[in-house]
Amino acid sequence: MNKQLTIEQFVASLKSGMTIGIAGWGPRRKPMALVRAILRSGLKDLTIVAYGGPDVGMLCAAGKVKKLIFGFVSMDAIPLEPYFRKAREAGTLDILELDEGMLQWGLKAAAFRLPFLPTHVGLGTDVMTHGGFKTVQSPYDDGEVLLAMPALKLDAALLHVHRADKLGNIQALGPDTYYDEWFARAADKTFVSAEEIVDRMDHSYPEEARANIVERCFVHAVIAAPLGAHPTSLPPSYGWDMQHLKAYAASAREDGGWDAYAADVVGADEAGYLDRVGGKDAVAALPLPIF
Amino acid sequence: MTTAPDFTLCEQLIVAASEAWRGNGELVATGIGPAPRLAASLAKLTHTPELMMTDGEAYLVEDPVPLGPRGYDDRKAAGYLPFSRFFDAAVWPGKRHAMVTPSQIDRFGQTNISYLGGSYDQPKVQMLGARGFPGNSICHINSMFVPAHSKRVFVEGEVDMVSSVGYNPARRAPGVNFSRVDLRLIVTDLCVMDFGGKDHAIRVVMLHPGVIFDQVQEATGFALEAAAEIKTTPAPTAEQLAIIAQLDPHNLRATVIKDNPAGKRN
Repeated sequence: MNKQLTIEQFVASLKSGMTIGIAGWGPRRKPMALVRAILRSGLKDLTIVAYGGPDVGMLCAAGKVKKLIFGFVSMDAIPLEPYFRKAREAGTLDILELDEGMLQWGLKAAAFRLPFLPTHVGLGTDVMTHGGFKTVQSPYDDGEVLLAMPALKLDAALLHVHRADKLGNIQALGPDTYYDEWFARAADKTFVSAEEIVDRMDHSYPEEARANIVERCFVHAVIAAPLGAHPTSLPPSYGWDMQHLKAYAASAREDGGWDAYAADVVGADEAGYLDRVGGKDAVAALPLPIF
Repeated sequence: MTTAPDFTLCEQLIVAASEAWRGNGELVATGIGPAPRLAASLAKLTHTPELMMTDGEAYLVEDPVPLGPRGYDDRKAAGYLPFSRFFDAAVWPGKRHAMVTPSQIDRFGQTNISYLGGSYDQPKVQMLGARGFPGNSICHINSMFVPAHSKRVFVEGEVDMVSSVGYNPARRAPGVNFSRVDLRLIVTDLCVMDFGGKDHAIRVVMLHPGVIFDQVQEATGFALEAAAEIKTTPAPTAEQLAIIAQLDPHNLRATVIKDNPAGKRN
C-alpha cells in the first residue's frame, strides 16, 4: 500500500462539479499548495465547504466556485477577504451561509452517516430563513423543536499537516487542528498534503501518535508539499505571511489584480512557488502570529 | 486628598464594560476587539477572578494575555480550549459570556455582521458572514460594545441579516427553546444600556458625564426606554487604570474611539 501522489496526480483525480471541503480556519493551516494546484487546473463549478480564508478568496477570484458553503471568510488581521467580497457583491456565487458550529455539525452528520443532526443553532436567525433548513420535534417529553442540520457530504477533503507516511498515517502538530478531522471523515476521498513524507510513521515519529488527528482509513492520498500552507500559518512550524496577504488583498483593488497574482505568484507550477514568494528559508522563518 | 487620575473615554468604557461579567463565575469571558478584551481581562483581575479566558489561540490562561506584540510563549497555559472544542465545551453548554461589536443592532437586540444592504444573493456590502453569532446568541450570555453610537448601528427597522437571536416575538417560532437567550449590557461611547425595559426593551441605565438622554435617543434609530434612575458612569480608579495600562502596553485602546477623547469629569 502506497498512498503517495504527486501534486499533478492529486489534481487529476478531482472532477469539475465536485463538492470539496477545505480544512483549516481562516488564514490558518490551509492546504494552499493543493488549492494552488486547483487554481492552475481546468476544474470548475466546484462547491466549496470551508471556514474560509485566502483559499476561498483565490478560488472565487479564479472563477472556480459555483457554490460556497461557509461559516465565515476572513484573514484575521485583514478581517474582510477582498475577492470573496467581490464575488458576493457581484452576485455570482450560490451560497449557503452557516453558523460556524452548524458547519462542523453538518460534517459530523456526514461522518456518522446520519441524514442530519439536531441543534438549537440557527433558529431565530436569517441563517434559518435563507438556508432552507427544516426542523424536527423531539420525540421525548420536552417536545422541543430543533433545527435539523443536514449532513455536509464531501466528494473530497483537502488537509495540510506536518507529517504523513505512505500508508496514510498523518500527524498534525500545533495548538489547534480546528475541524480538520471532521472534514476528513465527511469525505469520500481525503487528500492530505504534508511538510514531510516518511515511509513508516512508527519508524520515524512513534512518540507523537497523539498528533494523529484522523485514522488512515479516512486518508486516501498523501502529497508532499513542504511549506505548503503558505501564505497561511502552520504552527509550530511557521506563521502566516501577513506581508504577502496584504499584497494579495491590495491586488483586489487593481484592474487585472487577480490575473497578475495568478501569473506572477501562483504561476505555472508549484515547484517554483517558494522562490516566487521569497524563498523557502524566509517562509520557514515566518514568526508565529500573536493573538 | 488624592487627585483623580486623567483618563480617556475609552478607558472609562472599558471599566463600565467590565461590569458585564461581574459575578458570572466559571464562564469563558470573551471580549472581541481591544476594548471588550481589556474589559474582560479587567473583570477577571478585579471583581470576578473565577472567570476563564483564553490566549486568543487555544489555551486557557489564568493571567489574561496583554494585547499586541509579545513573545509567543509569554502566555502560560493553565488549560486547553482550542476551537476544535469550542462548541462542545464553551458555546453549546452555555459556559461563555461574549462581548462583541456588531455592525447593526435593532430594538430587539438582534445583530448583524453578515452583510449590509442588497440581498442574500447579492449583498451591497459583504462582511464576515454570521460567524458564531447564531449559536452564541441562542446558547450563552452576550453583551455588546459600540464605539460610535449612531443610527447606522442602532437601526430603525430590523437589521439587514439577523445574525444573532434577540427578543423579537415575530421570530420566536413555536416549540423552540429560547430560554438561554440572555442579552446583558450594551456599552457605547454615549451610555450604558441593558435589556431591562418592557418585554426586554433596550433601556438606558447610565449616561457618561456630560451626555443627556435626548442625545442618546437622537443617535438611535428606535425609541429607547430610560431606567427609573439613570446613573452617571463612574470614572476609572487609579488601580483600574494601572491594570488596563499593563494589559495594553502598546496603547491599542487609543485607536478604539475616533480621536481618543478624554473622559469627562463629573
